[in-house]
Parts: sequence; C-alpha cells; structure tokens
Amino acid sequence: MSDVVLSARGMSKSFGGLVAVDNLDFEIRRGAIASIIGPNGAGKTTFFNCVTGFIPVDDGELLFNGHEISGWSSDHIARAGIARTYQNIRLFNHMTVIENIMVGQEAHLRSTWMGAILGTAGTKRENRESEEEGRKLLQFVGLQGKGDLIADNLSYGDQRRLEIARALAMRPHLLLLDEPTAGMNPRETAETTAFIRKLRDDLDITLMLIEHDMRVVMGISEHITVLVHGRKIAEGAPREIQNNPDVIEAYLGRGAAGSTSQ
Amino acid sequence: MATLSPPWRAVVRSGLIAGGVALYTALIGMLVAFDEREVVRNSFTLGQLLLIAPAVLVGWLTGRKSPQPDARLLLLRGFVSGVVSSLPLLALLLVSSVVNLRTVLINVDRDLVRLISFDNGVGLPGALMLAGSLGVAGLLGAFVHLIPARPRHALLTALAWMLGAGILGELVRQLLSQFLDRGALSWFLRRDTLKPEPAALIFVVVLLADLFWSWYRETRGQQGRNESHVLQYTRVGGLAILLLLLPLLVGSAISDVLTNIGLYILMGLGLNIAVGLAGLFDLGYVTNFAVGAYTMGVLTSTGILGIENKLGVTVFNFWLVLPVSLLVAMFTGFILALPVLRMRGDYLAIATLGFGEIIRLLALSDWLKPIIGGAQGILFIPAPNFLGVDLIGPQRLYYIILGACLLAIFVSSRLNNSRTGRQWMAIREDEDVASAMGINTARAKLLAFTISAATGGLAGAIFAAKLGTIFPTSFNLLVSVNVLSLIIIGGLGSLPGIIVGALFLVGLPELLREFDEFRLLLYGTLMVTMMLARPEGLWPSAVYRREVRRDGESAPLPVGEQQS
Repeated sequence: MSDVVLSARGMSKSFGGLVAVDNLDFEIRRGAIASIIGPNGAGKTTFFNCVTGFIPVDDGELLFNGHEISGWSSDHIARAGIARTYQNIRLFNHMTVIENIMVGQEAHLRSTWMGAILGTAGTKRENRESEEEGRKLLQFVGLQGKGDLIADNLSYGDQRRLEIARALAMRPHLLLLDEPTAGMNPRETAETTAFIRKLRDDLDITLMLIEHDMRVVMGISEHITVLVHGRKIAEGAPREIQNNPDVIEAYLGRGAAGSTSQ
Repeated sequence: MATLSPPWRAVVRSGLIAGGVALYTALIGMLVAFDEREVVRNSFTLGQLLLIAPAVLVGWLTGRKSPQPDARLLLLRGFVSGVVSSLPLLALLLVSSVVNLRTVLINVDRDLVRLISFDNGVGLPGALMLAGSLGVAGLLGAFVHLIPARPRHALLTALAWMLGAGILGELVRQLLSQFLDRGALSWFLRRDTLKPEPAALIFVVVLLADLFWSWYRETRGQQGRNESHVLQYTRVGGLAILLLLLPLLVGSAISDVLTNIGLYILMGLGLNIAVGLAGLFDLGYVTNFAVGAYTMGVLTSTGILGIENKLGVTVFNFWLVLPVSLLVAMFTGFILALPVLRMRGDYLAIATLGFGEIIRLLALSDWLKPIIGGAQGILFIPAPNFLGVDLIGPQRLYYIILGACLLAIFVSSRLNNSRTGRQWMAIREDEDVASAMGINTARAKLLAFTISAATGGLAGAIFAAKLGTIFPTSFNLLVSVNVLSLIIIGGLGSLPGIIVGALFLVGLPELLREFDEFRLLLYGTLMVTMMLARPEGLWPSAVYRREVRRDGESAPLPVGEQQS
C-alpha cells in the first residue's frame, strides 16, 4: 500500500453538462514514470488540475501518500509534495530566473516579513542559502549563468527548463509534467526525454506526464493510461497499449498504428 | 491622399493629429490661460510654448520615422508636418474672422486670436505667420535628428533647464532669494519671470557643463572602480545634506509644497506594496489615509475620545497617537481586505473604490457625528512637539515627513528583496501558479493590504497634525486616483519612480497655478500617453532597466512605431 504514491478511486469531474473525468480509477507507484495519453479534450489536464487542487473534485477519492487530498487547497497540496508544470508555460514572467526558483522553494522557507524588515541574521542566511541552492538547481537543468535574466526573455526551450527547475525547487515527491516536449524540435525532445529519466534516477521523483509525442511516451513510460472523453479505456505497459485495438481505434486511428510501433 | 507615398501620408496624418491637439487646447481655453505666464520676460509665454509644442513634437516624430538620412528631405517633412498641424487653427482663424464664434465657443476670444496669429490679427499676415511659425517649429523638431548625439544631448538639456527655470520662476526666486540681495535678484527676475539675459546665461552654462561632463566621462570612463565608489558615497552624502537643508534653502512656501509631495510619496510607497508588488488594484487607498487622519484627530483633539487632564490639555500627544493610528489603519486594512480576498483585477478595483466612498460617507454621516464631527470635521488638532519645540509650519513638519518617507522606503526595499516580496510578485504574476508553489495566497494578500494600509495611515496621521483641522472633503476619490496615477506614471514597483511620479504629479501643479484648472485633463493625457509610449513608467524598476539596457533597442516599441 505504501508503495502507491497517488491513487484515484471513482474520481469524477464535470463542467456543467460536460463530463471531463468520468469515474476514473488510477494508481501510480513510487519511482515510476507514468503517462496519460488521449486525444484533445480527453480530460488529461483536468485530471492534473484536480490532483493539484486547482479545481475541486466532484466525486470519488484522491489519495496522496495515503492522505485524502480532494478538498485541500492547492498551496496545501503543493506543500504536501506535488509539483507540476503547465501545458502553456506559466512562469512568473516579470521576475528573474533565480526569483522564479526561489518562489519554488517556498514550502521550505521559514523567514517572515518581520524578519525581512529587521534584517535578522536568520533571514539573511536563509535568503543566501536559498539563492545558492537555486543556482545549483539552475546548473542542474542547464541554465547556469542565466539566473539574473527576466524569465520572459528566455528562449522557449529555456522557459520549459526553468518551469521544471521551479517545480524541482519544491523538492516534490510527485511531479506532474503537462506536455513537457510540446513545441520542441526532435533534438530538444530527445534531450528533454533523457532529462526526465535523469530526474527519476538521480532525484528519486515519481513522474507523471501528459504527452502527445508517441515516441516520447513509448520510450520513457513504464505505465500508460489512456483516456477518451474522461473515461479510462486502457492501461498497461507501452507494448500492451501499442497493440490494444481499442486504443488504436479511438486514439491513434487505424493509419497511425503502424508508425508508432516502429 | 491616395496619391501620396506612405511616408508623406504619415506626415500629413500626424500633422493633422497635432493640429487637432493644438485646436483642442485653444478651444478649452488652455492656450490663453497659459499665455498669462511669461517664460522669459518680453520674449515668449507658456501659451506660445504650448502652441508650438505639438508642431515641434510632430516634426520630431516624422523625423524619427524616416529611416534615410537625407537631410533636406527630413527637414522638408518636418516643415510640412508643422504646416499641416497649423491647418485646424488656420481654419479657426478664418472662421472667426467671418462669424462670431464666441456665442458657442466661449474661449475663442480676441486674446486667442491675438495669440495664434502672433499679434497679426485675423487677416492674411496672421494666417501666414501662424502657418510659418508652426512650419518652422516642425522643421526644428526634425532638425534635432541631424545634430550629432553629444551636442544634441547638451542642447536639449540646456533648453530643458532654461525652460524649466522660466516656467518655475517662483521656485527660482524662492531659491535665489536665500542667497542674493534684492538688487542681484532683480537682475535675474522681475517678479516671478525670468529675464532674457539670465535665461541665456542658464542656457550657456548648462550647455557647456553638459558638454564638459560627457567629455569628462568619456576620457575617465576606463578608470578603476574605486573612484566611482567614492563618487557614489559623495553623491549619497551630498543628497543627505541636501535633503536635510532643503526646507531652509527653499523657504516656507516651497516647503509646504515639499510636505505635500512627501505625503504623497508616503502614500505612493504604501500603495505600491499592494499594486506594484502584489498586483492588487486598490482604488480605495484614501480609506487608510482617512482612518489614520481621523484616529490622530479624534485622539489628540478635545473631542469625546480625546482625554483631557485637569488643565484642559489632551493627554495624548502626536507621538503617542502616531503608532496607534498606524495600528488602527492596519486593522481596518485587514478587515476590509477580508471580503475582497477572492476578487481579482477589475472586480477588486471596483470593490475597493466602494470602500473609499463608504469611508467618506461615514465621515460625513450624522451617526458618527458625535465622535468625528460630521461635516464640521475635527478642529484644534495640536501640532507635534519635539523636545519642547512645537513643529508648526511646513519647514519643521518637513522633517517628520522626511523621516516617515525614509522609514517607508527602508521597509519597502527590505520587503522587496525578501521572501515576502517574492510571494507578492508571484501572486501578481500568476495567482494560481503562486498557490501551486505552496504560497498561501490569502495570507500573503492580507499582509500586503495590511502593510500598505499602515503606510497610508501614517500619512493620514501626519496630514491631520500638519493641518490642525480635518474635514471629510479632504478624503475623496481624487486622493486614491492621484496616488495610483503617480505610482503608475513613476513606474510600477519602482521606489525611485514613486518619488519622481510624486514630484511630477503633485509638485508641478502646485508650483504652476495655471496647471491647476487643467489638472485632471493633464493627468488623463499623461496616463494615456504613458501607457502607449512608456508603460514601464518614468523611472522603471532596476530589473526592468537592466533588461532593457541589455537588449539595447529590442525593448518593447512604442505603439506609434509598431504601426508604421
């Protein structure tokens, strides 16, 4: 039981008449890399939004490390150890790169506004340490030397990296990546894929991703869940998914089945 | 129009826009009102300056838009745009010679005709004079582009100093009268008007100084950093001494202006925490100002809550009540923030706007009249006393306000670079994401409102002690609007920007009585212009400037350029 990081049981979410997530059962094990795939509007991002507390769950339960987290506010969930990135990058655009990272460390900081005004030794030390740690993190994601730039001025690829670095600054147990390779060329995609694997291996983070690039999904995931219209139609190892006739029918289409199994 | 090539079409279009502006200033009576103030004695007036300003500007703009360096074409375009900009006024001149427009447009009087025809009347000479002058003005505007960078900078700086000294003649007189006797002073000024010779002197001195300074910087630019460090310390030291001596240098009247500016700086610093850092658009900032002022007023005057001793003097003095005002303002700020925590953007602005009105109506109400005096306000608020000296008069109060401003600047800059400041900025940038980073956004926003309110309360308390009386009419919407305008125009989130904004928006109208009537119009124009041409403000925050400098010219273009 303790091996399961996140599990959903009978989770549902609808917007008015539209059922975005329908009675979903889901489980991810510690240290796994799991993907959620499905056509546009399948409810993948809605699922992420529910898990991170952006929107309330209608029905069912959502357990993170054994705690029921549906109903928690998103800052509470973040402090519990779930971090995420966004489909369309959402950085703090007018803050510097290092400031973005330092906001990410929020859950681990203790200094107060009073301490800041008085300039207490503890506050200064924490500020220094948090900046040092942030610079190390920038090194880790390959953004060294760019700490003092405005996030908005980074290139697209660097912004994606910064978003991941900011999530890593939270020292999460579970990291949700929403289309991490969207808009990348093949070389950048390959780099990102390797990077995601490195995250799991080096930092021991459980990863869950939404991804449209089948090469990435099949190459990296240990477990795949397929959603269509909010409903889970299949799950299993990449090979099983590739050969699942329902998936091919509903998601990839008949013509695409051959190209993904190469 | 169809036969014109695109650059010429732009010339005509911008010329007509400038002409429209000139016509507008004429019709609302601004030109004539400004004509009453001479910039340089017997030479030209503020009204004439305002008359040619659009033409100069449009000439400069057309020059900026044309990429080729052909001097004659550039000047021709500047001239034509200037002439085009005179067309609306020419039409006005023509029509007013036939029809008496005064029945409808009350400002089209003989004074206006005299002004725009340069004393030549409605006939052909006047029309030619107007078109010619504006054409030359446009040509001069375009000519600026042909001067090499260094002399251009010097020329423009010298011109700005001369015009500044002329326009702010009263200020110049106040300053000079501290050092010069009557005779020497009369060489410079007649009443508040600069004379031609000193105007020329200022121009030449500033010109030479600027040229020397840029030459000096260029030759010494490569020297070690130690020297610039020393320079920095002397600069800070000089500034400190200047700030301390300022009220003695400028005299009582200007000191009064300074204290007003100081109060607005204080409020700007406070509101900046909510708006500039946390992105909470608060249009009811006057609430905090009023709460601070009324707390000070009620507790120190001899009203119901002001406790008197046997001699009939209130027990509470300024210094005791100051922290109380601060705390009361923080408390109201906190309470009022609770219901609006979940509101964002426009909705928040409207809700806070409501709070501002509520506080004004409460102050006026009969219900609270026994305590805070209703429309009669509170009278006899004692002046602060410092070590036995009554701090009456702007020259003494200045120091309290200076101290409060320095404190607020200190706190703001400490918070700016702290975890709390980063939380606020993150909320400003993207509240959902900030929350997903583990920030308790409700708490951070409450804190922003509370600290912001504290500064407003401080300003209010000092305001009450400064005036000695407070009335509900002092706490209207305009205060909130002024404070918000000055931080936007100065540069959101930038501390020096607030000071620049306050000097500009509060100081200038107080020094220039002519401006007063058109204050709101100028605010509006300034806001729109700033939003279009320089959204980052007059003095943007350090981070912004660094980024712009790094990128060189690739900074966000003004809208005008994007369209061309």
